[in-house]
Amino acid sequence: MDEVRMPTCEEMVEFVTDYLEGTLPEADRLGFEAHLRLCVGCQHYLDQMRRTVTVTGALADETQDAISREALLMVYRAWLKERDSS
Amino acid sequence: MVREEESQIISALRAGDEAAFMRLVESYQGSLVRVAAMIIGDAEVAQEVVQETWIAVLKALPTFEGRSSLKTWIFTILMNRARTAARREGRYVGLVLETDESGDDQHTVASDRFHPAHTGVEAHGWVTPPRSWEEMPEQVFLSGEVRRLIHSTIDALPQQQREVITLRDVEGVGAEEACNILGVSESNQRVLLHRARSKVRRALEAYLGE
Ligand SMILES: [Zn+2]
Repeated sequence: MDEVRMPTCEEMVEFVTDYLEGTLPEADRLGFEAHLRLCVGCQHYLDQMRRTVTVTGALADETQDAISREALLMVYRAWLKERDSS
Repeated sequence: MVREEESQIISALRAGDEAAFMRLVESYQGSLVRVAAMIIGDAEVAQEVVQETWIAVLKALPTFEGRSSLKTWIFTILMNRARTAARREGRYVGLVLETDESGDDQHTVASDRFHPAHTGVEAHGWVTPPRSWEEMPEQVFLSGEVRRLIHSTIDALPQQQREVITLRDVEGVGAEEACNILGVSESNQRVLLHRARSKVRRALEAYLGE
């Protein structure tokens, strides 16, 4: 295994997405987690990123879908008709 | 949706099953409208684009080979149309800016948040560490104001970043599927997601107070 090097806080913020995505190489992940155990600032930063993702996801609660289902059904019927006549 | 389920839907559509078509519409409609609105920035145009997408999906159905999932395929059709509409609406900033997103906003976190290199043991450490958001009341994050803030922050992102964060974090699409829909590599997708998320976090932090 590669030698584990402890990243700085400034490097930690660049690793965060790879860490959350589970794509950080093993050695970097161990370094990331070692730093995290010692650094409250980076713990908060990671929590903030997790929270950011959750809160962004709440945008999916609303939708301004005003397309009438009747119109879409017409689209489907028109497609069937055209297909069957050709 | 499982593959087997998908091929059942496809044969039902080919057989003229109206209820099956309407079920398919209900599965994806909300998501399609949201994604289109985010990409285009105009709710009305977004509705038109989604309607056109369904027409295009049906038209191309006889040639659908199932190399991607039905969902990926539908969203790819939507994305192509939404991009065209966004360009028409003047949403794309232009090719030069579009390809060079590295220059769009220098840092994940403002560099003055960290001690400079010459400060010895403190170098590259936080000057003022980020606050904990855990002790803030939950309602703060659920407020309309925060919602609008996130919306406008995503709105202001470069096109590719906006596409990635919309699929990944708003719609909860997985990394691999997002790459297929957007036609970007996995590493590129992660870089775009990283930049987009970092900016949304910064906007939240600025709003909530450092
Ligand atoms: Zn740290």
